[in-house]
Amino acid sequence: MALDVEDLSVSRGGAVVLAGVGFTLAAGSALLLRGPNGIGKTTLLRSIAGLQPVAAGRVRAVDLTYAGHADGIKSTLTVAENLAFWAAVHGGGEIDPALAAYELTRLRDRPAAQLSAGQKRRLGLARLLVTGRKLWLMDEPTVSLDAASVDLFAGVLRAHLAAGGAALVASHIDIGLEAAVLDLARFRAVEVARSGFDEAFA
Amino acid sequence: MTALLIRDLRLALRAGGGFGLGLAFFLLVAVLVPLGVGPEAAVLARIAPGILWLGALLACLLSLDRLFALDFEDGSLDLLATAPIPLEAVVAAKVVAHWLVTGLPLVAISPLLALLLQLPLAGYPWLLATLLIGTPALSAIGGFGAALVVGVRRGGLLLSLLVLPMYVPVLIFGAEAVRRGGIGAEAGAPLALLAAITMASLALLPFASAAALRINLR
Repeated sequence: MALDVEDLSVSRGGAVVLAGVGFTLAAGSALLLRGPNGIGKTTLLRSIAGLQPVAAGRVRAVDLTYAGHADGIKSTLTVAENLAFWAAVHGGGEIDPALAAYELTRLRDRPAAQLSAGQKRRLGLARLLVTGRKLWLMDEPTVSLDAASVDLFAGVLRAHLAAGGAALVASHIDIGLEAAVLDLARFRAVEVARSGFDEAFA
Repeated sequence: MTALLIRDLRLALRAGGGFGLGLAFFLLVAVLVPLGVGPEAAVLARIAPGILWLGALLACLLSLDRLFALDFEDGSLDLLATAPIPLEAVVAAKVVAHWLVTGLPLVAISPLLALLLQLPLAGYPWLLATLLIGTPALSAIGGFGAALVVGVRRGGLLLSLLVLPMYVPVLIFGAEAVRRGGIGAEAGAPLALLAAITMASLALLPFASAAALRINLR
């Protein structure tokens, strides 16, 4: 079991946005989170990652890493330096295979400031590979990627799953992955949020 | 942790990293004061310890708002918080890097500025000692302030208002030790108190800073 979420409620700005979320994710599988803007996909991912406290429920996870909207890239460092830093922080993984997987080898000595948005995103995704973590939590990983890069990403993700990894992905577009889809609309906590809102201004 | 320290030092030394900013500020303060109060050696010698310490304090403050804000903006702080190193260690590494980039150069250049301000010769060792012992506390306390305001846009002014009052004891004991040393009086007591402040802030504040960062990351 890579991730086990039980009866989880998550809140944003003090209001519960999702309640009763429950699912399990086995090693070697991926789960796609779907739902309209503002439903709480990012909040759910950040809560599972431990970046914010959960309102209720329980999360059990293997070692995980999180990739949010921002890639954590320093523009004055080169591509290789950026990646080597994250590798060192996570215990020193090899950066060359990760660069090759996202076709960044040619750019390795280029300062990150000169990268395009798509290249930056690819560098951000390459970071997941050097962490050596089993479970990847990804928030809109395909933003600013072109079709070829999305294929690249899907290939890396498939290889990660085949090697016993797992992934929880919030994405609007179809990344061509055979994975279960979890529609968050049914966990929407409208009533709870409303009553909380009314009390605060009563 | 070492990797983070090396990255922060490298970032500071690259273009736009802000290395030397505090140093230049410190230099300017020491040059402007004699122009403002006049060149009488006796007057300058009397106010030199206070001016030098005040200059070091403000120079330190200058670079504090980027300590966590830059990592917060580009998402690095989120990723560091999920990395297998404790957030307290992240804070400690960044504070050490800040001191190496800001505090240590101030210590190194201070004898030159003391010359401009006519500090009595007997005060030089005390100036070096107090700055060497006291500036780590400036970085640690400033790190705590920076962690508190990390989510606030344009939090620089707020940061100054928060941090400067916390710098008061450091300023008092630091400048007092230099003043006493300069006139040949016993200066061990303020120096010991300064060392105590530094050790306490280095030991305790990384935990407080990490707690503040966790709240701001929500």
